[in-house]
Amino acid sequence: MDSATSDPGAHTRPPLRATASDGVKIVVVGGFGVGKTTMVRAVSEIRPLSTEEVMTQAGVGVDDTAGARGKTTTTIAFDFGRISLDEELVLYLFGAPGQKRFWFLWDQLFSGTLGVVVLVDAHRIEDSWYAVDRLEHHGIPFIVARNRFEPVAHTLEELREALDLPEEVPVVECDARDRESSKRVLLALVDHLYALSSAPSARETAS
Amino acid sequence: MSPHALDGEDPDRLYTVTGGRSRAEDTGLDLVTLVVSESDAAPGMQSEHARILRLARRPTSVVELSADLALPVSVVKILLADLLDRGMVSARHPSSATAGARLPDPDFLRKVLVGLSNL
Ligand SMILES: Nc1nc2c(ncn2[C@@H]2O[C@H](COP(=O)(O)OP(=O)(O)O)[C@@H](O)[C@H]2O)c(=O)[nH]1
Ligand SMILES: [Mg+2]
Repeated sequence: MDSATSDPGAHTRPPLRATASDGVKIVVVGGFGVGKTTMVRAVSEIRPLSTEEVMTQAGVGVDDTAGARGKTTTTIAFDFGRISLDEELVLYLFGAPGQKRFWFLWDQLFSGTLGVVVLVDAHRIEDSWYAVDRLEHHGIPFIVARNRFEPVAHTLEELREALDLPEEVPVVECDARDRESSKRVLLALVDHLYALSSAPSARETAS
Repeated sequence: MSPHALDGEDPDRLYTVTGGRSRAEDTGLDLVTLVVSESDAAPGMQSEHARILRLARRPTSVVELSADLALPVSVVKILLADLLDRGMVSARHPSSATAGARLPDPDFLRKVLVGLSNL
């Protein structure tokens, strides 16, 4: 559009509306290769972008390289897409790995997240155990979406049992490559949040 | 006014910034805070500051700036804090990203639902 001398990346994506004022976060968590980036790409109005966050901390308990003077550095790479919902609201959809060190950065990056989609590969369900456990521990609302890579013999109910999910957590099927299908996953999550938020007990539990 | 009002003088600065977790958090900036330039880049300005001012002519989230600048999110927050201190950018903070595990109210969620259904 203008000079090619600076920031070519930014030129290739549409800018937000001038009235955009309120960013909203949803996070897709799952193991490597499960289809997170594919899902983000399917619904995003921009090509997925990627970046990282670094946390340097004195202390223990982080499963990453310990540097000099006992300092520990945790780096998390993640990608994201964007959906303008109306004149003001902009949804950012993040794809992030669910492994251990990711959770050290949860508060720094994803506090205030509306909710989480745990994306599951039916052949590697064990990849999702840790994420489900952390989400329940943090009290972060989530749904589970099984990415339909190939025909699966197991039912969604069997997946629910394998993940030991409470009855109220929705479990859905999707094809992460398909826009409508990925959109339905997001709608299922927000429907779930809406139900939680409208429930009489929502306010007490929250405070 | 701010202790770091001079541009780019401290060679250790970006390094310090990377390690300064608490400082990045003190900025009150969220990943999805939308930043808007309030002035043009001035000659002699630190190059990252100048780039931010160019990138954020239209509202741009902190995380998009991080991707565009190829810098960790916490570094970008510190750079933005400098610009905010000097009134060179403004910030539109997310309404739902207040601390705590509180669910947004149903009216807010309904707006999200409507926006998604209209995709
Ligand atoms: N057949 C099939 N392939 C998929 C599906 N979703 C993702 N893939 C492919 O699986 C690979 C890994 O997906 P990606 O989104 O990069 O995974 P990520 O590591 O979770 O971000 C890519 O080559 C995708 O094209 C799906 O639903 N069906
Ligand atoms: Mg990916």
